[in-house]
Amino acid sequence: MNKQQSTTIRRLFKTILGFYPVMLPVTIFCIIFNAAVSSLPSIFMQNIIATLETSWQSGDWNAVSGKILNLVLILTIFYLLSLIAGFIFNQLMAIITQGTLKKMREEMFNGMQRLPIKYFDTNNHGDIMSYYTNDIDTLRQMVSQSFPQLLVSGITVFTVFCIMIYYCAWLTLVVVLGVICMTAIIKKVGGGSAKFFFRQQNALGKLEGFVEEMMNGQKVIKVFCHEEESKVDFDKLNDALFEESEKANRYANILAPILNNIGNVLYVLVAITGGVLLLAQVPNISLSGLPIGISIVVPFLNMTKQFAGNIGQVSHQINAVVMGMAGTQRIFNLMDQQPEQDNGYVTLVNAIEGPNGIQESEKRTGVWAWKHPHQADGSVTYTKLTGDVRLFDVDFSYEEGKTVLHNVSLYAKPGQKVAFVGSTGAGKTTITNLLNRFYDIADGKIRYDNININKIRKSDLRRALGVVLQDTNLFTGTVMDNIRYGKLEATDEECIAAAKLAGADDFITRLPNGYETMLTENGANLSQGQRQLLSIARAAVADPPVMILDEATSSIDTRTEAIVQRGMDALMEGRTVFVIAHRLSTVKNSDVIIVLDHGRIIERGNHEELLAQKGQYYQLYTGAFELE
Amino acid sequence: MIRQLAKSIREYKAASIATPILVAGEVVMECIIPFVIAILINEIKAGCSIDVILKYGIILVVMAALSLLFGAWAGSTCATASCGLAKNLRKDIFYSIQSYSFENIDKFMTSSLVTRMTTDVTNVQTAYMMLIRMAIRAPLMLVFAFIMAFVMGGKMAWIFLVVVPILAAGLAAVIYKVRPLFKKVFKKYDALNQSVQENIKGMRVVKSFVREDYEQKKFNHAAEDVCADFTKAERILALNNPLLQFCIYAVMVFVLSFGSYTIVTSRGMDLDVGQLSSLLTYSFMMLSSLMMLSMVFALITLAGESAKRIAEVLSEKSTLSNPENPVREVEDGSISFEHVNFKYSKNAKRMVLQDINLDIRSGETIGIIGGTGSSKSSLIQLISRLYDVTDGSIKVGGRDVREYDLESLRNQVAVVLQKNILFSGTIKENLRWGNKEATDEEMIQACKMSCADEFVSQFPDGYDTYIEQGGANVSGGQKQRLCIARALLKKPKILILDDSTSAVDTKTDAKIRKAMAEYIPSTTKIIIAQRTSSVENADRIIVMDGGKIANVGTHAELLKSSSIYREIYISQNKESKESENIE
Repeated sequence: MNKQQSTTIRRLFKTILGFYPVMLPVTIFCIIFNAAVSSLPSIFMQNIIATLETSWQSGDWNAVSGKILNLVLILTIFYLLSLIAGFIFNQLMAIITQGTLKKMREEMFNGMQRLPIKYFDTNNHGDIMSYYTNDIDTLRQMVSQSFPQLLVSGITVFTVFCIMIYYCAWLTLVVVLGVICMTAIIKKVGGGSAKFFFRQQNALGKLEGFVEEMMNGQKVIKVFCHEEESKVDFDKLNDALFEESEKANRYANILAPILNNIGNVLYVLVAITGGVLLLAQVPNISLSGLPIGISIVVPFLNMTKQFAGNIGQVSHQINAVVMGMAGTQRIFNLMDQQPEQDNGYVTLVNAIEGPNGIQESEKRTGVWAWKHPHQADGSVTYTKLTGDVRLFDVDFSYEEGKTVLHNVSLYAKPGQKVAFVGSTGAGKTTITNLLNRFYDIADGKIRYDNININKIRKSDLRRALGVVLQDTNLFTGTVMDNIRYGKLEATDEECIAAAKLAGADDFITRLPNGYETMLTENGANLSQGQRQLLSIARAAVADPPVMILDEATSSIDTRTEAIVQRGMDALMEGRTVFVIAHRLSTVKNSDVIIVLDHGRIIERGNHEELLAQKGQYYQLYTGAFELE
Repeated sequence: MIRQLAKSIREYKAASIATPILVAGEVVMECIIPFVIAILINEIKAGCSIDVILKYGIILVVMAALSLLFGAWAGSTCATASCGLAKNLRKDIFYSIQSYSFENIDKFMTSSLVTRMTTDVTNVQTAYMMLIRMAIRAPLMLVFAFIMAFVMGGKMAWIFLVVVPILAAGLAAVIYKVRPLFKKVFKKYDALNQSVQENIKGMRVVKSFVREDYEQKKFNHAAEDVCADFTKAERILALNNPLLQFCIYAVMVFVLSFGSYTIVTSRGMDLDVGQLSSLLTYSFMMLSSLMMLSMVFALITLAGESAKRIAEVLSEKSTLSNPENPVREVEDGSISFEHVNFKYSKNAKRMVLQDINLDIRSGETIGIIGGTGSSKSSLIQLISRLYDVTDGSIKVGGRDVREYDLESLRNQVAVVLQKNILFSGTIKENLRWGNKEATDEEMIQACKMSCADEFVSQFPDGYDTYIEQGGANVSGGQKQRLCIARALLKKPKILILDDSTSAVDTKTDAKIRKAMAEYIPSTTKIIIAQRTSSVENADRIIVMDGGKIANVGTHAELLKSSSIYREIYISQNKESKESENIE
């Protein structure tokens, strides 16, 4: 076990102890008690057999019954206690395991909600998902099975070892030699198994990637009659996977019989050694000082079996522990991710416009204001929320050294529409990412209602900025739930009004259950256009003064497009809007058009001005470039 | 279902049969060892010589060695058999998907197919491993140990007839209780993970609407629910261990007390000390094998769902097949539809295409236009027999498409699908899908025609540029142009473009159409488009509406005769009229 692993183990233990400060120690105590008691019968057996040895020839049961029944009675009491302990620890363990998993899941999820967007942009979504599935599974395996088993085995081995020494050092020596041999084999074979399991996972990952791509393109394969070629490629990966998994499983499978039979050989060796010692009348070395007799050899045989069996049990848990540790480490890594920082102190409050200027209000008034406390003199000023956004000399880079925006300055007065135009990678989406502080700018300033957005609390800034993204993301729930996502306290009427504004009401009312229709899998039962309409309605119900719109590029038919267009137009009405435009009509109707190229603003102005310039925009407009 | 899956064992049948036999050998050895030991102990007790001890010792070591040999061998064949089965299952699934028609493909979701080939196959593999190894080992062990216990202990062994059924009943009751619970909770668990997935994907939406707390509450509530159900199920399952311990303890107490009584009263005749020790060993073997059996049973039932899902894919038969004496040559690029009706599945009520009659001459350029759901794509997919007609017939080159060899037909009728895909690999590798033997010149030529060469040659690596999975590193318009080039390389007699230039700008779109008219004049070209500008110059334009042909004619004719066409034209040209003026 390396240092990192031992830190992980310690942290996991502390975490679980934190969850269950009473239950965990009780459970551990019960496990130890249970395991220790289950090693005791050997002592009773030795006593009983010793008694029998002296009296079996007499045939007089009454002479020995008292002593033997006494021993059995004590043993029964021990067993009862052990059973109670066993019952308790098994029940508690079920509770602790599931409870721990639940709390870990919650901590992961809650932590994940606080992570910056950058994390989701730079990590594969499948990888993030596997924290919740694969890693949690390995953790469950480890906590619910491996840990208790290791503890039980450890205690049993220890207790049995003590009893062994108590009775006979010679025979113990035989067992110890056997154990050393077993450990060496576990290391060798177990190590091989772990190595191939790791390779097997790799091969499986490759195959999975290939299959996913092929399944996605299955229709293309059919159209090009490419079935045979894809079969050949598949066979290669499939055979590679088979080879690794066969080796991995072979190693794992032969470990058990090897250990088991070393146990058997050990059993035989103990019997023989015992016999030889007995015959040769070798003086015993033991803590008990008892001479070697059949009453020692017989229980010793059982103890040997128990000893070897428990070591085999440990070996079964090796793979689970190795995988569990890796999974736990990954889970902790996710939890340790730096959450999104927010030092904003300017907040958004309900306000009343009175004769003395703007006053804060407890109730919802429909008027909003920025509450700006000044640290210098402790005073508080209020600024009305109007939707005035300005960028001054903004530079930005996702990665150090690769600047993607250079010196971008622009402004949008309340109610103005600003359209961004440019090719893929020109920086259109990047600008919108900066406005709601998904990413922070490297240099320059962005001001919202003349307040530096770095001073505004992020949640309030985002509440003041609505977004309709290009790819619509809907959540499992009813249509109504999805619209209400924009404003949780919105009434049904408000949601329906928003749907009407977006032009979504028409199709929603035609759905089987209208607004109560369940949506699953990102609204798989809706068309692309319908999903867009819902996301417009969702933004409409939030009713923010500033909107960021990313028009969809996918081709939808003319009729639906017209409806979506109308919805977008209605949403833009009376708001400051930044739009990443894909439709010429949207661009044309904008107050300002910003043409971006490689992170720089190369042209700006309204439609007529830009056409007159006969520059990039003119070329775009006349169809010489793709608008995306 | 089982039979369906068993077909995939094939070359691993030997290993599959060898495993239980070897396991049986191992079990026999393991069961005899305590028996011999009992004899040895009694010999020792009787004060035998070292020679006798050594003799028994050697026998025992040989037996242990045999047991090890059998065991390790079984482990090895078991690995081969189970991994082999998994390999063949994956192969059979993949191969059978390759044989699917479009209709079959539509039935399964991509993600579910991937899960079937990975997780489900792994589940079946584990269950199979259990089945041929443990499921043989456990009952054999039970029976052998039982027999041996009778041989050794005589009357004493009756205790097992009491304890074993108690344990078996207890374990069965636990499984019976717990199974429906697990089924239920796994569904909830899936839903929970689904919501996590949604959150990861939609994190921008969550953050934009400042819904972090709301999502947390939702998640925590669901996690609580899952946890409660899991705990309930696990707690029932946790009864297994104490139950087993209870049985072992009961046997121990009984054997020790009643055994001592028997030894003493019979003066070691009915039972002796050695046998007493072995009886305990057998009792342990018996009870733990029962426990193992219940575990195996649970695992196999869990794998049942997976097996069902795999069998579903394997038993799905392709709805299209090659005719007996297929025609391999397509005469020319003429197409005719005769009273064609079509629906996607037998059970569908509505026909997607109704009574389509159409004659297309070889070399003609045909435009197809119409709203979403007007069945434009359905119409053209019938030509290369991606689906079969429900009624009527389609002739290509004068022969019914069902008479052709599928591969020959599809090589001559190239379709550029609407939802098109590039595969990870270089541009050249992607282009070679169209023609394996295509030379560099041919590829460049095709790319020039589809206006792809102009950007490909700008890439630093040119035609060797690596395309990421799904074509993620090229723009939508570039992807479409490469897909057209790929189809052109087939040198087909009929080329069908299903909305294949939607992301290409109008100028390039026009250039592509011009190039095709110039370089491949004899190829029949069918162009589906949203923009009227894409079909304006076609010889004839077909206007589709609700699964029927509404009008056929040239651009000028349709502007006069077709209200649908006119409407589309006017709505699109409101915005582009100005640009035309500027030009």
